[in-house]
Amino acid sequence: MPDDLNWAIGGEAGDGIDSTGKIFAQALSRAGRHVFTSKDFASRIRGGYTAYKVRTSVDRVESVVDRLDILIALTERTIHENEDELHDDSVIIYDGERTTMQDVEVPGDATALEVPLKRLAEDAGGAIMLNVVALGAACEVTNFPIENLDESLQKRFGDKGEAIVENNKKAARMGQEYVQEEFDHEFGYDLETTDEDYVLLNGDEAIGMGAIAAGCRFYAGYPITPATDVMEYLTGRIDQFGGKVVQAEDELSAINMTLGAARAGARAMTATSGPGIDLMTETFGLVATSETPMVICDVMRSGPSTGMPTKQEQGDLNMTLYGGHGEIPRFVIAPTSISECFWKTVEAFNLAEKYQTPVFLVSDLAMAVTEQTFPPEAFDMDEVEVERGKVVDEDDIDAWLDEKGRFQAHFPAADGVSPRAFPGTTDGAHMTTGLEHDELGRRTEDTEVRVEQVDKRERKVQTAREEEDFDYREYGDPDADTLVISWGSNEGAMREGLEFLAEDGYDIRFISVPYIFPRPDLTAEVEAADDVIVVECNATGQFADVVEHDVLERVDRINKYTGVRFKADELADEIKQTLAGDAGTTTEVEAE
Amino acid sequence: MSSDVRFTDFKSDKQPTWCPGCGDFGTMNGMMKALAETGNDPDNTFVVAGIGCSGKIGTYMHSYALHGVHGRALPVGIGVKMANPDLEVMVAGGDGDGYSIGAGHFIHAVRRNVDMSYVVMDNRIYGLTKGQASPTSREDFETGTTPDGPQQPPVNPKALALASGATFIAQSFSSNSQRHAEIVQQAIEHDGFGFVNVYSPCVTFNDVDTYDYFRDTIVDLDETDHDSNNRDQAKDKILESDKEYMGVLYQDEDSVPFEKREGVEGSMAEIPDGAPEGAMDLVREFY
Repeated sequence: MPDDLNWAIGGEAGDGIDSTGKIFAQALSRAGRHVFTSKDFASRIRGGYTAYKVRTSVDRVESVVDRLDILIALTERTIHENEDELHDDSVIIYDGERTTMQDVEVPGDATALEVPLKRLAEDAGGAIMLNVVALGAACEVTNFPIENLDESLQKRFGDKGEAIVENNKKAARMGQEYVQEEFDHEFGYDLETTDEDYVLLNGDEAIGMGAIAAGCRFYAGYPITPATDVMEYLTGRIDQFGGKVVQAEDELSAINMTLGAARAGARAMTATSGPGIDLMTETFGLVATSETPMVICDVMRSGPSTGMPTKQEQGDLNMTLYGGHGEIPRFVIAPTSISECFWKTVEAFNLAEKYQTPVFLVSDLAMAVTEQTFPPEAFDMDEVEVERGKVVDEDDIDAWLDEKGRFQAHFPAADGVSPRAFPGTTDGAHMTTGLEHDELGRRTEDTEVRVEQVDKRERKVQTAREEEDFDYREYGDPDADTLVISWGSNEGAMREGLEFLAEDGYDIRFISVPYIFPRPDLTAEVEAADDVIVVECNATGQFADVVEHDVLERVDRINKYTGVRFKADELADEIKQTLAGDAGTTTEVEAE
Repeated sequence: MSSDVRFTDFKSDKQPTWCPGCGDFGTMNGMMKALAETGNDPDNTFVVAGIGCSGKIGTYMHSYALHGVHGRALPVGIGVKMANPDLEVMVAGGDGDGYSIGAGHFIHAVRRNVDMSYVVMDNRIYGLTKGQASPTSREDFETGTTPDGPQQPPVNPKALALASGATFIAQSFSSNSQRHAEIVQQAIEHDGFGFVNVYSPCVTFNDVDTYDYFRDTIVDLDETDHDSNNRDQAKDKILESDKEYMGVLYQDEDSVPFEKREGVEGSMAEIPDGAPEGAMDLVREFY
């Protein structure tokens, strides 16, 4: 269990809560401490309760906990909102001179630390710096050397001029000195520093950075919480690598622009949240059937409809697995931590291009709004590999032309993957379409060609199962009788949860699954355990359904997808043949 | 290669299934002529088509092409051009595709002014679904789904374009093959979004907006003193309700396409086989 401290600043939206919290988190990170942040916020620009929380330890922290040690409360409501997390050793810093905070009562035996934040800030050069005064006070309470704030203050205010930076440094010190002089005692907290160097970033930033690392050059998107940070991160930065971000008029346009860029040969991505995925689903089938590589990032939030835009949920699993009419081959990957947001983005681009298939990269609000520390080696760019798959150029295109010299962009290769010629390639001109098409990309309703193309697209998934390592991450005791399975961002909470459970004598095997489709077959693991629990942030257990599905006894299947309905006599024959054959096989009705 | 290109090089070996006499034959021929005339060839050309009779054009032409989702052809074209400005991008569609389901994209594509051409085969009817009212159908045009006519005025796409900040607006007529090809060529040569509305009559389902109607009413702007660089003159002509004009109604000669303003310089297709040079600086930013 990490020796941790839980700190928060809370107030109204518009009070600068986020930026103040970030200054403290960065200071801790620069001082060699691990940090895991979280936010309580509402979908509004001003007003309403908002808080920025920091959990810190010299050991790695990867979850929030239900305990608050230090609270800077800019409003009385902040104290009430956090009442359940405060305890007798908690310290609450607030401005008792504010008219709205004169009758504040702190819960239990928690320490009420009245600091005249506004007055001290005015003395330092302006009331606007009252949050920084509070930061200084918090440094004193936690025995955290005040100099550690300086670099973060420089980073935050440097572009406003040296005078502003100096005023803020002064404000922090006034807060610190006030606590030192007025409350001459130890609070029992001690934030020791180390020589480690950490970087601090959130899941959206990790995805954006992963995209640039992977060679993504085009991003089109439409702003939506909590995916907007991906777009904001890429804007300007991707330009330095020859790329561009385009803000589209809606998500329908965003995915179609991304499709165009991908057809032109660029590694291309869009990111959105559930409501945007709804709109993008219209074009998703076209992306898949035209065999266009694309990464579609879904940063999930609470649904359905507008739901709770600033709250966590893993409710889109079914939509990313099954969304869209018809049958659409796809990959679905859900990174299980913030550093994995980076690596899975790189992998998503490679899978997309190797298999010429859309990839859903499924993240969530919990990772999008959380900043976490990592050693910079966690993002070692030398480890990034770019695999583009079967791209052909002028020199090798001849092998893929038919007898009339026409490029076969949908050639039904044994592994299901056709050659890909970027526009501009001599002799590569070809069309593709959302209509069922032949190997040249021309529309067809020929039943044999239809079956050939459906099978070809499905074969890509089969090939990927054979070629790729769609494995899970495992923690805890591999021989335990209790198996806990989760997907996506729950990994950190569960990993630390194992330590709480171990203290109480629970022995657990924990499997964290980043690959939703294709995914590891957990049949053996489920059958080896006495108790199996699937953990996920949704109401109905969407991944639990998937796990149960995978371990079910197999049924025989008769499938027909020529575009022609079943005929009575034909169906009777198929049933007889299936009964005569081996159980568990799939019968495909022949094209006619 | 381009100097040897003939317009038939842009023709695929797939036979069109358009009804005999359909305006889209003439519209497509003009597009192919204009592409050849502007020095393009099938390997550097990307055609994006929407859904409907007009959307089939990608199949009948030979080039790099995508036949997309109903109404979304323009964003695809924008993506292609942004990712590789060296390509010639032409988007084709119909009045339903462009002004009904795709109307939102139309005004924003006009605003964005990416260097591409947009050819709309306007037949004032939904043909492929066998004759329902389109957004450009007349207010009293009777169809199976609008027995008393749509009871709403038709969209004026050229006015929409002008109001959205268009830098090139033209009207063409598929039957006048020479002029039509010239007009599309001008749209291609324009530095920005070249919008051409083409009257492309439906001989099967529209007995009002026929070849004869357009022949009788259309006035060639070349035979008037219209100044296509004058936005006010363009506005007056576009809002006139009793006349049809053919030719370039408006062109902003100072147009700078979006991708140039945004500093896109070349194809985005080529990337290194590992993280790009300098990528570790991105990590250091998070200290």
